[in-house]
Amino acid sequence: MSVRQRLQQAAAERVLIFDGAFGTQIQNRKLSEEDYAGDLGLKADQKGNNDILALTRPDVIKDITRAYLDAGSDVVSTNTFSANRISQADYAAEDQVAAINIASGKIARELADEYEAKDGKPRFVAGAIGPTNKTLSLSPDVEDPGFREIDFDELTAVYKEQAAALVEGGVDFILIETVFDTLNCKAGVMAVKQLEEELGREVPIMISMTLTDLSGRNLSGHTVEAFWYAVRHANPITIGLNCSFGADQLRPHVQVLSELADTLLMAYPNAGLPNELGEYDELPETTAGLVKQWAENGQANILGGCCGSTPDHIAAIAKAVEGLPPRSVPSPETAMRLAGLEPFTVAA
Amino acid sequence: MTEQASSARFINIGERTNVTGSARFKKLIMADDYTTAVEVARQQVENGAQVVDVNMDEGLLDAVHAMTTFLKLIAAEPDIARVPVMIDSSKWEVIEAGLKCVSGKPIVNSISMKEGEEPFLEQARKCMAYGAAVVVMAFDETGQADTKERKVEICSRAYELLTGIGFPPEDIIFDPNIFAVATGIEEHNRYGLDFIEAVQEIKQQCPHAKTSGGLSNLSFSFRGNETVRRAMHSVFLYHAIPAGLDMAIVNAGQLDIYDNIEPALRDACEDVILMRRPDATERLIDLAESYKGKSVADERAAEEWRGWDVKKRLEHALVKGIDAHIVDDTEEMRAATADAGGRPIEVIEGPLMDGMNVVGDLFGSGKMFLPQVVKSARVMKKAVAHLIPFIEAEKDLLPEEERKAKGKIVMATVKGDVHDIGKNIVGVVLQCNGYDVIDLGVMVPWPKILETANDNNADMIGLSGLITPSLDEMVTVAEEMQRADLTMPLLIGGATTSKVHTALRIDPAYKGPVIHVLDASRAVGVASKLLSDTQRDGFVDETSGEYTKVREARAGKTPSQLLKLEEARANYYDAYLSDKPAPPLQPGVHVFEDWSLEDLRDYIDWTPFFRAWELHGNYPAILDDEVVGESARSLKADADAMLDKIIAEKWLTARGVCGFWPCARDGDDVTIHRVNREEHVRLPFLRQQIKKSRDRANMCLADFIDPDGDWIGGFAVGIHGIEPHIARFQADKDDYSDILLKALADRFAEALAERLHRHTRTDLWGYAPGEQLTNQALIKEEYRGIRPAPGYPACPDHSLKPILFELLEAEKNVGLELTESFAMYPTAAVSGFYFGHPESQYFGVARIGRDQLEDYAQRRGVDMATAERWLRPNLD
Repeated sequence: MSVRQRLQQAAAERVLIFDGAFGTQIQNRKLSEEDYAGDLGLKADQKGNNDILALTRPDVIKDITRAYLDAGSDVVSTNTFSANRISQADYAAEDQVAAINIASGKIARELADEYEAKDGKPRFVAGAIGPTNKTLSLSPDVEDPGFREIDFDELTAVYKEQAAALVEGGVDFILIETVFDTLNCKAGVMAVKQLEEELGREVPIMISMTLTDLSGRNLSGHTVEAFWYAVRHANPITIGLNCSFGADQLRPHVQVLSELADTLLMAYPNAGLPNELGEYDELPETTAGLVKQWAENGQANILGGCCGSTPDHIAAIAKAVEGLPPRSVPSPETAMRLAGLEPFTVAA
Repeated sequence: MTEQASSARFINIGERTNVTGSARFKKLIMADDYTTAVEVARQQVENGAQVVDVNMDEGLLDAVHAMTTFLKLIAAEPDIARVPVMIDSSKWEVIEAGLKCVSGKPIVNSISMKEGEEPFLEQARKCMAYGAAVVVMAFDETGQADTKERKVEICSRAYELLTGIGFPPEDIIFDPNIFAVATGIEEHNRYGLDFIEAVQEIKQQCPHAKTSGGLSNLSFSFRGNETVRRAMHSVFLYHAIPAGLDMAIVNAGQLDIYDNIEPALRDACEDVILMRRPDATERLIDLAESYKGKSVADERAAEEWRGWDVKKRLEHALVKGIDAHIVDDTEEMRAATADAGGRPIEVIEGPLMDGMNVVGDLFGSGKMFLPQVVKSARVMKKAVAHLIPFIEAEKDLLPEEERKAKGKIVMATVKGDVHDIGKNIVGVVLQCNGYDVIDLGVMVPWPKILETANDNNADMIGLSGLITPSLDEMVTVAEEMQRADLTMPLLIGGATTSKVHTALRIDPAYKGPVIHVLDASRAVGVASKLLSDTQRDGFVDETSGEYTKVREARAGKTPSQLLKLEEARANYYDAYLSDKPAPPLQPGVHVFEDWSLEDLRDYIDWTPFFRAWELHGNYPAILDDEVVGESARSLKADADAMLDKIIAEKWLTARGVCGFWPCARDGDDVTIHRVNREEHVRLPFLRQQIKKSRDRANMCLADFIDPDGDWIGGFAVGIHGIEPHIARFQADKDDYSDILLKALADRFAEALAERLHRHTRTDLWGYAPGEQLTNQALIKEEYRGIRPAPGYPACPDHSLKPILFELLEAEKNVGLELTESFAMYPTAAVSGFYFGHPESQYFGVARIGRDQLEDYAQRRGVDMATAERWLRPNLD
């Protein structure tokens, strides 16, 4: 059975649990520059380069991953949101990209396998790919709307380097997450397709969009529905939403996507909205209570947390949705579904 | 589903952005005039194109460059980019370059088996990888399909091949080639019919696939005769669509309604297309002669809505904010209602409120923005004003209180404050949504607010204020409401108000519900929940729970550590005093009675203007914002039109004064020495006391002044003359213009402050004579020196204004007055100090300790209670 089928089978039985945030867990440990830098001898300060800890403090990443598995995660992600050539350039660590992703993949793989061996429940590893800080759809220069900082082929190459290393590290899926620019996501899809061609096998993709305003659009301006049509060619194993705002505000958009998407739906919102001090203070029970409603309405297959969520949140979510039936994947009518910033369906 | 018109039966694909279809577009692209070219795309979408076709196939063009440039530019235009793109080229490299720039799901137009099966499938695979639908031309190794049989055969073969590699059948569009008919060549006569019949067959043989065609070819032999071409196109579609044609490339503004075509012409076209008679071509050519040169094109589609039913017209006028015909339409509706035995009030309760409900829904769902809503309100008010005399006339016959308002709200800007733009906006929005608003205006003392609420049996009270002392006044109102044993909800809004302040100070003062309303868009939601039998209690409990949480969080929070005042003073900002500015070229006080508004126009900072209308984003980027851009552009156009009038008809007078005085730093004070006066004027400033990290200083404005002698400046500007115009707008029920003018007056005040500061730097004080800054750079404050204003973070005490005003003789020189809370009147006014030291910078004083408060009270010569009142926002 392929890993795609294994996930689909597990998801047909129950609502699966994804993991939560790495960033806050790492921050809590108050690591020093020495912890981050290790003995890699890089030219720039590494403090804040969370992804590099896979090489310099793998024990920290292992602890956090373990905490999520203990909390009940069926799918864990790699701590590689910024482990791409563009983001690592900020730390002069571009030549560590492959090593970080391979090491992160291995950490997650080993722990997932360990837990699966212990209780026989299948565990999965999602290799996380962040959006980078460059955007293919928008000009950073208001005077010159036609300008772009990067082009499609460059970004595809950046993603491909990361995806290849993650697969080498042993991940099951490539998770293109926090998509604020739909065209960036399409470059990510292209990268994985090229990788599949080279490897001669399928590398299933998970896609997760992030919304930048309450009307339900991402930064490049796509509505949830338009976004789904723009990336559906990836044949993703999951589609979903993450980050954005808290579960409360994300609710209507999860509902829209749930009705449309003929694949598994994964949602992992922030733990509420940040308070006046920029901290997330939504209690685990609150978050769990909110996402539980999605499960109750049959709108979710995989649930987890993003910014501000902790192993306690994940444990609370796991407990809240236990025994609830998973969303059944709809089969929408066959139709030509195009997209600008807004969806456009050509009637059958 | 939230999107309108997200699906369609038949799709018009515009051809105006196609260099092979539009001579004008080609000219623009060849001339590198992409700005105008983008406008062509915009018009096309506005005219109803559901997909935009982009074609740059022109021998003299670098088509890859032109395609990618244009696609990137329209991606930045939300009202174009909302529809899908068709990337149209006969060259694969152009198509692929285009695919790399398009973020949605586009259509590729086209690929074919012209070069054989392998290249065809290779391109199809790429389209799949980029995520695009694809047009397949009926073209194979031997050429283009002309007969019905060839068309069907090629398309079926392509369908088998594509579905064989997993290409989704629903993403295939076949173009079986529309060729010119009525050319005089006999073989061409069947082309129209062959196409229509082929479409029918292909749709049957290829499930889920679509069909398309380029329509303009059809009428190629009638170039220059628009009437005939339009008729041919319409007739062709009339028959091809039922046969299964899904889309066509066609000029969206260039189709006639089938039934509206002159019957003789329609029959002649039908004869040609359907091959109904052998002499069809000759007959059409003869008939065509009589239509030459006639342009039917300009029937004004824009005025089409004037032909609608009166209820639809009222709704349209309300939603679009068009007031040109509103009185006539309202009268028509009233007369019709009266004829049917109805009463004038029913016009309000029926069609007008229905229209406003549409507006409310659009606003609530984020599809309409504040400026449009205020325009709608203007239309509504004019309609209601027309009906009032009729309603009054029949009042004797009727029980009172006919208008069933959803609730009654008393609103006021509190005592000591004169700012009302935000309050007026909230008032308009509430009225739009059916609430009765009693607006008490500005500077309203609490007894008046309570009395009005009591007398009118109000459902709630809304308070607004802009300056920090108003926060205290709001607490007073809340306390008085408690003393009067009121229970109605109290709504708090305005720029300096916050959830935290409401929770910490206002909520505890009043037992009834206290709700902080963040902006106008929330007002209706809050009001409706408070008046709902089912939601009220839950909402009130929830809000009060939130406020309790805020208070607990605040109580549990260890406040940032404060230094002792003497420690903070020891860590003062050590400016390099040798760099202090030279004495002013023109010391003393300078008065400007009437600064040119034309000159100030260029200094306007538009970003805060848009913010006043709750359109968030930086100017000029906001004009192209995907969500609010359209609103912003329309608002800017109205603002520009009003600016033209303000300037041409001299509605306003911009008055300003500034002065420069020798001074010296004395501790945290700056002492000013005036010519021929014995006593010094003392300006006490406040010092940051929060413990700083590493080597950051605890700043105080006095740090930028040399104890051994230096210079300081001050200024005050105000915009006069607004009152008669506001009165005129209010008489005309025109809230939109009222708010617009106030917002523009505010901008003029800020612009004069900016302009005067520049004049100071380059001429009057003259420490930066060669300064050359763009307006953008000015807004970003990329100049030397600062102009902090009393009441703002670096100098938070509003009560320094009287001292400044005295120095400038502001009342005499520019006609500016201060209220008891130190708000300036006229409202559009700015005042502040000038510091010229190159290291001077803006900062926030933030929280100060009791020790500084005591010290400050002493320096100001006031008692502790007064000092505490003045500095409350800075005391924890």
